[in-house]
Amino acid sequence: MNILHDARLDGELVQHDRAEVLAALSRAAPGLTLLHREEDLRPFECDGLAAYRVLPMLVALPETLDQVEALLRKCHEVRVPVVTRGAGTGLSGGALPLEQGVLLVMSRFNRILEIDADARIARVQPGVRNLAISEAVAPHGLYYAPDPSSQIACSIGGNVAENAGGVHCLKYGLTVHNVLSIDVMTIEGERMTIGSSALDSPGFDLLALMMGSEGMLGVVTEVTVKLLPRPETAKVLMASFDDIEKAGSAVGAIIAAGIIPGGLEMMDNLAIRAAEDFINAGYPVEAEAILLCELDGVEADVQQDIDTVRGVLETSGATGIQLARDEAERARFWAGRKNAFPAVGRMSPDYYCMDGTIPRRELPRVLKGISQLSEEYGLRVANVFHAGDGNMHPLILFDANREGELATAEALGGKILELCVEAGGSITGEHGVGREKINQMCAQFGSLEITAFHAVKRAFDAHGLLNPGKNIPTLARCAEFGAMHVHNNELPHPELPRF
Amino acid sequence: MSVTAPSMAPHDDLVNLAERLQQADRDGSAIRIEGGGTRYFTGRQVTGEVLSTRQHRGITSYDPVELIVSVRSGTLLQELEASLAEQGQMLPFEPPRLGEQGTIGGMVASGLSGPRRPWAGAVRDFVLGMRVLDHQGREQRFGGEVMKNVAGYDLSRLMVGAQGSLGLITEVSLKVLPIAGTSRSLRLEMSRDQAMQKLSVWGRKPLPLSGATWHDGALHLRLEGGPGSVTDTAAMIGGDRLDDRYWQQLRDWQLPLFSRESLHTDPRPLWRLSLPAQTPPLPLPELEDAIQIDDWAGCQRWLRTDIDATTLREACTRAGGHATCFTPGHTTPFTPLASAVARYHRQLKQQLDPRGIFNPGRLYPDL
Ligand SMILES: Cc1cc2nc3c(=O)[nH]c(=O)nc-3n(C[C@H](O)[C@H](O)[C@H](O)COP(=O)(O)OP(=O)(O)OC[C@H]3O[C@@H](n4cnc5c(N)ncnc54)[C@H](O)[C@@H]3O)c2cc1C
Repeated sequence: MNILHDARLDGELVQHDRAEVLAALSRAAPGLTLLHREEDLRPFECDGLAAYRVLPMLVALPETLDQVEALLRKCHEVRVPVVTRGAGTGLSGGALPLEQGVLLVMSRFNRILEIDADARIARVQPGVRNLAISEAVAPHGLYYAPDPSSQIACSIGGNVAENAGGVHCLKYGLTVHNVLSIDVMTIEGERMTIGSSALDSPGFDLLALMMGSEGMLGVVTEVTVKLLPRPETAKVLMASFDDIEKAGSAVGAIIAAGIIPGGLEMMDNLAIRAAEDFINAGYPVEAEAILLCELDGVEADVQQDIDTVRGVLETSGATGIQLARDEAERARFWAGRKNAFPAVGRMSPDYYCMDGTIPRRELPRVLKGISQLSEEYGLRVANVFHAGDGNMHPLILFDANREGELATAEALGGKILELCVEAGGSITGEHGVGREKINQMCAQFGSLEITAFHAVKRAFDAHGLLNPGKNIPTLARCAEFGAMHVHNNELPHPELPRF
Repeated sequence: MSVTAPSMAPHDDLVNLAERLQQADRDGSAIRIEGGGTRYFTGRQVTGEVLSTRQHRGITSYDPVELIVSVRSGTLLQELEASLAEQGQMLPFEPPRLGEQGTIGGMVASGLSGPRRPWAGAVRDFVLGMRVLDHQGREQRFGGEVMKNVAGYDLSRLMVGAQGSLGLITEVSLKVLPIAGTSRSLRLEMSRDQAMQKLSVWGRKPLPLSGATWHDGALHLRLEGGPGSVTDTAAMIGGDRLDDRYWQQLRDWQLPLFSRESLHTDPRPLWRLSLPAQTPPLPLPELEDAIQIDDWAGCQRWLRTDIDATTLREACTRAGGHATCFTPGHTTPFTPLASAVARYHRQLKQQLDPRGIFNPGRLYPDL
């Protein structure tokens, strides 16, 4: 449990008097909306990881870049930490407030500044919702490709900060592949444009560095995205399996056939039943697993790909294969998948969403491992994946009102992530480390890499004021965490002092 | 025993490389990292002791089903491409092959991509992970062999195009893709304006475009995809058949404008302009008689011109792009950075290479 900032393990923070900071910021940034009463702060106490809650010292809701600049300069001057928040849909506690910090909410920057259909780019403010971009450019036959399931709510600034993906990123890439440039403000209030509307820029690829940096290196104040022409047609095949491992193998077989589907998603029986119950997507509730395979592009090619994939699925032992007959059915198939989280949420008072990635070939083995862990810890796990790119979302069902169950869920989640790392994967594919997975970072990286990450952080934020305690653990934390998790009798980070 | 062809057998040279770096860090002496030496002119000259990656070579893992390959930095690009081709796969970003000795390390550190770039992505878009030796010769591993990974900062992509100035790349994991089933090349006589108009219209449609270059009064197009879409699109677009080898010549800098011979004999510098889509020709009278190829649907323009660097760069900057000079020995090959951006470059360099041993001055004098 890592909710509260722990000075011993996360680094010292300067203590401040709320009234003084409030007065200083009001003077520095005239007209800036600042919330300080408990009832006003309450709605901001958590992001999408609702199990983690902390009331911020203050909430700032700027409307102009000058206000953001003034706020950052002042916070830098008096050493008040700043946590940036977009729409607050993040699932790793990246926007979890700090008791001693200001929560900088960027949601009022919600204007689309420019659409250039000829150049196929859109320039938007960071608080613009992901889906709003695609909606705004739809009349030009264009769209913005990364489509996180939270796309009706999440902000493009948050997408940049998390390098968000979606069900179509196997073919169309993550945020990093679809953003051309960003404007950033550093903790010192310095403004920078990183990247450009051209396809590359001189110097280091700071754009890539900023992607997924979780508000640790700067505040994103503007984003220029690349737009794609909407595919002429998209067809989705749903295949059912009586064995989840067969479904896992089919995923690799499709790719091996030389096909890159627009989306390739998998759900296990628990997730299928939950989604069916919630959405009536038309899923086969008795199947052990389903695969949704979307093929998009030009009509002639798509038809050919459907035939190929159908063949592969049959050989892989699918018990049923269904092609969505029309657009309505296709939308229904996807609705089941896109609503899988809330659907699972209806089956249990609480759920905890994991986000590990693994090499595809490890799918069958890791799935088996998860089901063993699930039994061992006595908590049900529903599995939803971006199977095409090996990104798993095991959803752990639990009841926070039951004594100790949150802790059990977290421990189980930690084990699942370690299993992913051991299989050659990562503790997070798209939801980020945030506060939640700060300890698991020590399982994925050695102290050399962590030291390098801190070096990068220092280059942008020498005093560690942007989102402290998130994303990159201190070595002290790794020493402590490492002492608790011993693998094969080998201590991770053996060179570190133990506390 | 033959001494002519260097052995291509896999070899792990990590220990040696690490020792050399430790020594350099102790002495505070500069290291000039060298792969095949085919891209030496894509940056400023570095004075320093040469550290060759060539003995650190071999594909360490390749699973075609995963679409991922991991390869040591001293491996020859042509060797990797041959292994991928055997499995019907490729590096989609078409890195230029500027000589048979080109290595993967050089490909990544210089960050150059070929004709397919606007549609498929650049080198950095396909880098999934990296192993790097830091200034004390310690191996660090960033990213990994998975398609998605947002744990920690993306230091592997930061190394792409950094010209070896942040660390020594020892191994790279890359995403690869199947080679397209069908490919067709077309040549259409038309003016540059017409070409740009057409590209704008086609760009809004889901056509299987994977190359678009204008020069010498004609638009050169490549279509890649399934047979159906390629045939339909070719019929819709019209024009003459173009020899598919054109794209290889363009990619490998073998067209007359930038052939390696003229790189040394043509007195006029070779410039690469990177500009936003649909940027009109730069309003500079000096460019009227320049030889020019507009690649990447006009986003990458190659020029041979005597124009003053500052004038050219100012025009590019106004248009939202930048200009790089690829003539060997040029003192400022890269467009100078805006002051705030430059400051964070220096701070990053200072943090990751405090003794300044990695290719100092290769990118900019103070990096
Ligand atoms: C039901 C559900 C489904 C989801 N599905 C997906 C999915 O398919 N794929 C996926 O990738 N994610 C998914 N997510 C996670 C989440 O939506 C994404 O991480 C999203 O990018 C977060 O955006 P946000 O605006 O809500 O950011 P927030 O939650 O507000 O913040 C996230 C992080 O970004 C930082 N940040 C936010 N704005 C800025 C800014 N302007 N400048 C600098 N830093 C900033 C914050 O400090 C924090 O670290 C899902 C979440 C939910 C609740």
